[in-house]
Amino acid sequence: MTEKLKQILIFIAAGFKKLVLRFKKRKPMKEIMMIYYMEGKSARVAGKKVAWITSGGPVEPLIAMDVIPIYPENHGAMIGASKMGVDLCEKAEMMGYSRDLCSYARADIACAVVNGGPIGGLPRPDMLVCCNNICGTVLKWYEVQARRFDVPLFIFDTPFCHTEYSEEARKYVRSQIDEYMVFLEKACGRKFDSGRMENIWRWSIEGQKLWQAVLDTAASRPAPISAFDAFYHLALIVSLRGRRDVVDYYSDLLAGMKDRVARGIGAVPGEKYRLLWDNLPIWYRVRWLSRRFASHGACLVADTYTSAWCGSLKYVDLSRPFFDSMAEAYTRIYLNVGIDEMARTVIEMIDKYGVDGFVMHSNRSCKPYSLGQYDIQRIVERERGIPCLMLEADMVDERNFSESQVATRIDAFMEIIKQNKK
Amino acid sequence: MRTAGIDIGSITAKAAVMEDGMILGSRIIFTGYNTDLAGRKVFEELIKELGIETASIGKIVSTGYGRSSVKFARKTATEIICHAAGALLLDGRVKTVIDIGGQDSKAISIDGTGKIKNFVMNDKCAAGTGRFLEVMARALGSDLDEFGSLSLKADRPSRISSLCTVFAESEVISLISKGETRENIIAGIHESIAARVSAMAARIGIVSPVMLTGGVARNIGVVKALEAKLGIPLVVSQYAQVMGAIGAAVIASRAV
Repeated sequence: MTEKLKQILIFIAAGFKKLVLRFKKRKPMKEIMMIYYMEGKSARVAGKKVAWITSGGPVEPLIAMDVIPIYPENHGAMIGASKMGVDLCEKAEMMGYSRDLCSYARADIACAVVNGGPIGGLPRPDMLVCCNNICGTVLKWYEVQARRFDVPLFIFDTPFCHTEYSEEARKYVRSQIDEYMVFLEKACGRKFDSGRMENIWRWSIEGQKLWQAVLDTAASRPAPISAFDAFYHLALIVSLRGRRDVVDYYSDLLAGMKDRVARGIGAVPGEKYRLLWDNLPIWYRVRWLSRRFASHGACLVADTYTSAWCGSLKYVDLSRPFFDSMAEAYTRIYLNVGIDEMARTVIEMIDKYGVDGFVMHSNRSCKPYSLGQYDIQRIVERERGIPCLMLEADMVDERNFSESQVATRIDAFMEIIKQNKK
Repeated sequence: MRTAGIDIGSITAKAAVMEDGMILGSRIIFTGYNTDLAGRKVFEELIKELGIETASIGKIVSTGYGRSSVKFARKTATEIICHAAGALLLDGRVKTVIDIGGQDSKAISIDGTGKIKNFVMNDKCAAGTGRFLEVMARALGSDLDEFGSLSLKADRPSRISSLCTVFAESEVISLISKGETRENIIAGIHESIAARVSAMAARIGIVSPVMLTGGVARNIGVVKALEAKLGIPLVVSQYAQVMGAIGAAVIASRAV
């Protein structure tokens, strides 16, 4: 079958699925994501363009230009969750990439070559948008892909904000938004519609507020949602923020969580202890970890990871010109601020969710997230006196996970928490 | 009441029997490949040695990496809580426990009331563990039992800088080929373990008195190197290697 015919069939199937979904009262995540990827794969048939973008990148302008945003990091999470990470990481290593390189980057680079993974590779990009607010690795990773696919790359450079967002930083980031518009106009061959963009920005903010509200329900006892559930529901706010169906999805989810709160239903039956998670999930062990903690009556009620997609709301002022807000919100995300700021956020979460212990995943892949964890741990122990647990692993590369070591650490940590609560 | 603790470690399986706060006896065997069998065997041998009836043991708690394979235990507990409980039984003043076992090392801090404040374990690496010493003993064609006394005869301990066991082994081999004395190399190995373990223990804050437990505590060379590195004396009990099993027996006596 020719590639063109395959795309036409996917396009028709996506249209059909979309039609069916329209008549469903509640829209399941799985179907929304499936249609999203099918539309990406058949973008050429529909005359649409595809942009690959980093997870913390400003996506709203892409949606305003009818470009389909695709997230290699979301794909990385899918690869990890479907336990296909080691195979792809090994392929990247055979290509010459170091084992110390981020496993999302390794999995994505290998996947682009072999079209492997759970969805047979990502839709081919027409352009790449790389924002370095999450890490420095993405710069080289996106350069590799820009060369491979021979497509234009836009780099959105966000200076590190130790404590404040200086006037210089503000001007610098703001000016790049204008450059971003020019880049998109050139790549798409048409003018940028600021009016449409403003509407999309409002939908994006609405989606983020709802996501925050969903996470906030976990402050109830018992928590109706755990961090492990949040890892799942996160996909839409990462991939499709700015779209209306995301707002609908989270409105439904929020209503469901409020109902659970009203009826006293917890994510962990018989919840006794409440924990906070730090860093990315260990995607291939989410269920195992969830069960291990639940066996001790512990619920991971919140995490610093999923809340990163609504953590910058405090910098958004809808009365300000939206590009200014957007520039600041994208620059001051959790991974682009100093350790003291991060520790402050962690302590706020400990207080807000009434947490008994802090579980940190020291993630071999994610250096910006893992560097400074020992300092944060020390600050948390000093300020709040709760025990902290460090688990060494990797988000996708299972070779960096040792079950019996992790199990012993979790069990011992829970023994201390139980002893403290006596 | 009589209780027992079974500690299935990566290299050895240990059992201890207690009665009203007194240690009646303990036993150590190699774990081998069958942890279930090792648990039963070490317990049965100890019972036989003590000349008591299995039925006279009220409760049994298991610990160690193979803790869940001990089917006859009433419950399981982690090595962290067991080593702390064992150390406190032998010396109630202990504030820090450093345990160096076969496949991991850990430091445990204890508050004034005997509660565990915090613990830290080595990362996924064999450096600073008993397994590291075993590999080095093999490279040096030496017996682990003589490691301690040999290292005390060193005049200029070698410097082993690699953290990785495999690379450290190559360093040792190159030192051998350079003609370095075995005593100096062994002392260097002990210093590298001491450096690794003390850096880890420093993360939870070292408060005296510090007790050293685990099989590696039998090695006087490591004890001396660690004391020098920490700048404080260590409490080492004759029961160091079976501390986990003793602690498990203590926990069994508290279990309802």
